[in-house]
Amino acid sequence: MLLFVEQILNGLQLGIMLFLMSAGLTLVFGIMQVINLAHGSFYMIGAYVGATVTAQTGSFVLGCLAALPAAALTGMVVEILVLRRLYERDHLDQVLATFGLIMFFNELTRIVWGRQPLFMDVPAWLAGSVELIPGVPYPSYRIAVIAVGILVGVLLYLLFTRTRTGMQIRAGASNREMAGALGVNIRLLYTLVFGLGTLLAGLAGVMAGPILAVESGMGESILILTFVVIVIGGIGSIRGALAGALLVGLVDTLGRAFLPLLLRLFFSPAYADGVAASLASMSVYLLMAAVLVWRPRGLLPAHG
Amino acid sequence: MADTLLATRSLSKRFGAVQATKDLTLEVAHGELHALIGPNGAGKTTVLNQLSGELTPDRGRIYFDGRSITNLRVHKRAQMGLARSYQITSVFDHLTVRENLSLAIQAHNGHSFRFWRRAGDDPLIRGAIDPAMARVGLEQRSRVPAANLSHGERRQLEVGMALCGRPKMLLLDEPYAGMGPGGTVELTKLIRRLKSEVTILLVEHDMGAVFSLADRITVLVYGQAIASGSPEAIRCDRAVRQAYLGEGDNHHGNAAC
Amino acid sequence: MNRKTLAITGGAILLLVLPLLAALLDEPYLVTLFSRILIYALAAVSLDLMLGFGGMVSLGHAAFFGVGAYAVCILSVHGFEGTPVLTWPFTVGGHESALLLWPLAVLLAALAAAVIGALSLRTSGMHFIMITLAFAQMLYYFFVSLETYGGDDGMSLFARNTMPGVDLADDRQFYYLCLAVLATFLFLAHRLVNSRFGMVVRGCKENERRMKTLGFPTFRYRLVCFVIAGAGAGLAGALITNQTEYVSPGLLHWTRSGEILVMVLLGGMGTLFGPVLGAAALLLMEEMLSIYTEHWMIYLGPFLILVVLFAKRGIYGWIAGGTGNHG
Repeated sequence: MLLFVEQILNGLQLGIMLFLMSAGLTLVFGIMQVINLAHGSFYMIGAYVGATVTAQTGSFVLGCLAALPAAALTGMVVEILVLRRLYERDHLDQVLATFGLIMFFNELTRIVWGRQPLFMDVPAWLAGSVELIPGVPYPSYRIAVIAVGILVGVLLYLLFTRTRTGMQIRAGASNREMAGALGVNIRLLYTLVFGLGTLLAGLAGVMAGPILAVESGMGESILILTFVVIVIGGIGSIRGALAGALLVGLVDTLGRAFLPLLLRLFFSPAYADGVAASLASMSVYLLMAAVLVWRPRGLLPAHG
Repeated sequence: MADTLLATRSLSKRFGAVQATKDLTLEVAHGELHALIGPNGAGKTTVLNQLSGELTPDRGRIYFDGRSITNLRVHKRAQMGLARSYQITSVFDHLTVRENLSLAIQAHNGHSFRFWRRAGDDPLIRGAIDPAMARVGLEQRSRVPAANLSHGERRQLEVGMALCGRPKMLLLDEPYAGMGPGGTVELTKLIRRLKSEVTILLVEHDMGAVFSLADRITVLVYGQAIASGSPEAIRCDRAVRQAYLGEGDNHHGNAAC
Repeated sequence: MNRKTLAITGGAILLLVLPLLAALLDEPYLVTLFSRILIYALAAVSLDLMLGFGGMVSLGHAAFFGVGAYAVCILSVHGFEGTPVLTWPFTVGGHESALLLWPLAVLLAALAAAVIGALSLRTSGMHFIMITLAFAQMLYYFFVSLETYGGDDGMSLFARNTMPGVDLADDRQFYYLCLAVLATFLFLAHRLVNSRFGMVVRGCKENERRMKTLGFPTFRYRLVCFVIAGAGAGLAGALITNQTEYVSPGLLHWTRSGEILVMVLLGGMGTLFGPVLGAAALLLMEEMLSIYTEHWMIYLGPFLILVVLFAKRGIYGWIAGGTGNHG
């Protein structure tokens, strides 16, 4: 039972990370109709800048404060230099050009920071653990990650329902021509949306820093999971991204934790562990396949 | 009715707040040219899309050639002999006239899981392709990529492709749209020739063409059929003149009645 | 003789005499490098069948490449050790004969493509790209988790497969075999894209909706095209196992799919010889750039972006002056 609660929290925390990644990316897909493979690069940039600034200043908060604008600004520059030219192109061109961006950014981090992974320490004031439920100590840092994620979710909700810009973004997501006709400056709006997306990716990156190793190419493994989340949730839908992210986070975490135990009931331990490892690593993709068969456009598609 | 080829019964389709098709009952008899007219936004193309199967109706049934096709998929309907053309000409731009027609013929000559012989050498296709080009007057243009054809020629090609399967019925979606005066004459000749071969449901804005070609006309307003009958009857129908002809093209409405 | 014929003949002659050239220059490594190029060319041509002709943008083609490679490697190693691959529900032994293993690799890759294709083709556009990518990554993690077969580190083939009349262990003979396989595949693909089937697939690329209203059950045709492409990649995988005598999950990694896609684009999409040129160009470029700097990707990335933005026709279009889409 204790293990179960802990794993649920772990799943929640992974889900929150995935939500931060997919919220921005699904907007970029939905609004600009552009497939961006390089989203993971901004996650990586956030992590690297955060780790470096934290190491230099000794302050995790300063690290975060540096990581967010770094990711957002890089994102906006990339949008202006490259992505903007791809909006009218077909998806294949978008895939190839953003693949080129990934190569560039991965190599750039290797040149700047070297091949060895960086390690970020959990800040001292979050290093302990808290008993959310009596008897289940859980690392404070991970709880903070979950809290930040929830806060961002609420802020996004307010942005899209209460502010003019947010409503314009939503108008753009459901009808590009309409938003243009209403006199929204589409180019600027696109750059801002892209910047918002990369800012969230940077946030996810810097928060992942103390949990994972900061290394070149770290963006890609989470990118693929982000895609799974978006496919499950439905392109262009923030609510879908939230639902998909939590689902994927939980399925992945619980699968890895409990499949071996479950299979050991039926098979020899060695065999069970082998099969469970395979199954667990494939579980989110099987989930995606099931959703596809059931609802090809995702659980909560943006429109229609 | 024995001589009905295509019929709909209380066909309904809604897009969010818009009722695009409302309780539509339509009957097209064998051999007739039936025109579907209505002001912009009346839902004419939506009806065609439901007939061809590209849209699924919310309610109602569609019968074609004596059986219900409401749940049949697009390609099955096409194979039954229900062909269509599009408002925005929809030919394969990168293929030549010959290849375009060859594809259309191929669709109705057995399956195409044939991987070895050149498509152009297939006797099933070779025999049918010259008549197909002649039918729409494009013999001289056989090697030209569709992208390089004139607007009128593309329309002719599109209609030619729809005819390749020897369809029982042709759904023509605004064939006159964007056509210059020269092309209009050619197209009217073509449609008049087709009338004797195939049943046609014509959706059209050009009232001159509709009233000169149609045997029967159905008027659609806000997704609902407000009148159906011969061109003369429609011209004099009060509701039609109020809802439609009175507002727009009134030069056709007033003169005759 | 037009430019196109000239270019193809020139290329063919160069590939035929390459081992002699390598001997003259005393650079035996060239034979190995070009075997690799031929194998990747095969994978790229197979991808182009579905991408350039069928309009299906798959970002998971390396999955089938990897399935073919692993199939051959696993069965060969069991064959070498004389241990069974499966004991339940029935016993399957290993084998080392190429004539048996390679068709089997093709079959398994085709099977994987049939399952993944049937699911992915329910969608289109952006969805399709992400889903092919995700399924390929699923297979990647599957092979990573196969501890019995080396997991993350991969596994070695003890010896190349056997084939009557050909000594696969000899690099030169292996090179010519790869060349023959590629040439045969190109010929078959040429027939395919001009056949009735090829016309249907090309029609689907341009306007699938129109194909349906003409009366084609498009899903089936696209799925068969997807399976054929996957089978081709599986064959390339069988060859790469023998060439490197080693397999690892890296063969299926999505960046590998990306590279194969880049080869197709670089060479010229919707042409048959383009991907061959693209494979040669990309691998040679990697080879040469890596002489000067270990950070060659920092140049390759922006180069790729520039190619996408400004030179869409690819090398083949540039050399042959054709418009593509006609094999």
